[in-house]
Amino acid sequence: MKTSGELEETTAQLLANFAVLAPDTLLAKVLLGAGVADGYHSYESPIGPVFVAYNPHGVSAVALGEDSSAFEAQFAERFGRSIFPTHEPNRILDRQIRNALNADTTSLLPVDVRGLSDFAVAVLRKTSEISPGEVRPYSWIAAEIGKPHANRAVGSVLASNPVPLLIPCHRVVRSDGQIGDYLFGAERKQKLLTHENINVDELARNAISGRRYLGSATTHIFCYPTCRNARRITPIHQRWFTATNKAVDAGYRPCKVCRPHAA
Amino acid sequence: MDVRVLKDANADTDARLVRRLAGDIDGTFEDLVRAHQDGLYSGIRRLVGDPELAADLSQDTFIRAYKALCSYPPNRVRQLKLRDWLWTIALNVVRSNARQQGRRPRQSQLLVEKIVDANSQPETRALNSEDEQWWRDELSRLPAHQRTAVVLRYVGELSYSEIAAATKRPVGSVKSDVHRGLAVLANRLKGKIQS
Repeated sequence: MKTSGELEETTAQLLANFAVLAPDTLLAKVLLGAGVADGYHSYESPIGPVFVAYNPHGVSAVALGEDSSAFEAQFAERFGRSIFPTHEPNRILDRQIRNALNADTTSLLPVDVRGLSDFAVAVLRKTSEISPGEVRPYSWIAAEIGKPHANRAVGSVLASNPVPLLIPCHRVVRSDGQIGDYLFGAERKQKLLTHENINVDELARNAISGRRYLGSATTHIFCYPTCRNARRITPIHQRWFTATNKAVDAGYRPCKVCRPHAA
Repeated sequence: MDVRVLKDANADTDARLVRRLAGDIDGTFEDLVRAHQDGLYSGIRRLVGDPELAADLSQDTFIRAYKALCSYPPNRVRQLKLRDWLWTIALNVVRSNARQQGRRPRQSQLLVEKIVDANSQPETRALNSEDEQWWRDELSRLPAHQRTAVVLRYVGELSYSEIAAATKRPVGSVKSDVHRGLAVLANRLKGKIQS
């Protein structure tokens, strides 16, 4: 028979032995909840599956959904935070992401812009204003944010857009009208634009023939050719211009919706 | 390994964590969680019994700790005794959960509920479920202050003064809570062995 002292010692030992490991998911839940780490989920998009990363500040990254461990490594490298695979984020954010990926709406999707320069944020904000089915040249973004000579800088911000597709940098094209490069490759850019009912062959033909702006002979307003107003102009009233000053000289004024700027 | 050596190593880790936290909360917080999650989870699980509830409460504890850290000036962070402090928060979380239970189901406000569990293993390792239930029952029969004191002492491995700090009770009361609680458990264990 054990003495009561021995028995208490055994009890204490048994209690201590009951130390268990925390569930594997606890770390991820805590870090996601605190906003110190990001979660990510795979979504379908017009160019196949993509990974969408998010945290309490909003969506933080989008990448082609091919290799999750490569994505996790790249994310940690670029943002210095851990990232964990999750099921869908909360319903509101989930719906916003789906809408944006399917180009249904120009949505009010929250984006985590921490660590980006004011200039980069301005470029991305402006880019997100471009409606599905329309394109704008780099020079338009530069002019709209008050940096008319910063075309190249605009291009490099968009080349490292943390959330492609959701901030539609595929809707920004070269100032000569060519479709131009894309961080997921020019082919995917064509695919995305085609998915939004843009005739990319026509864009290329216009670029070659110098047709940059499209005016209406009835309203005497000129637009970018993909502007929703330009697309309504019947072929018989279409007037093409190579430069804004030529349109102005011909008595046309710029459209207030797409606000064409000189390239 | 000798328990004392392990404890000193922990204290050393905490001192280093606190220094790093004072300079960079976001970059250090993951290591803080890694260092303390097993200890906190084990203790909370002993206190509340239910493994899932224990996981939720552990999560709340760490998130509250994070928010508090962000609101403290670096000087205050540097002076934190991490383990006592985390347990103070944990005990508050456990207490407020006990108060709320029955009134309404727990509602989480989190951004994401479900994490993909890559290697979902039975999360109780080397635990006999019959024993598990026995301890759960016996611990829940103890008065709350005794249960807390015993668990913090033997599962959390806190010293009497650390427990006193976390529970805001005098050291003398903590000592007697630990002894009485342990004596009751030992007595029950004796009954269990004999039956």
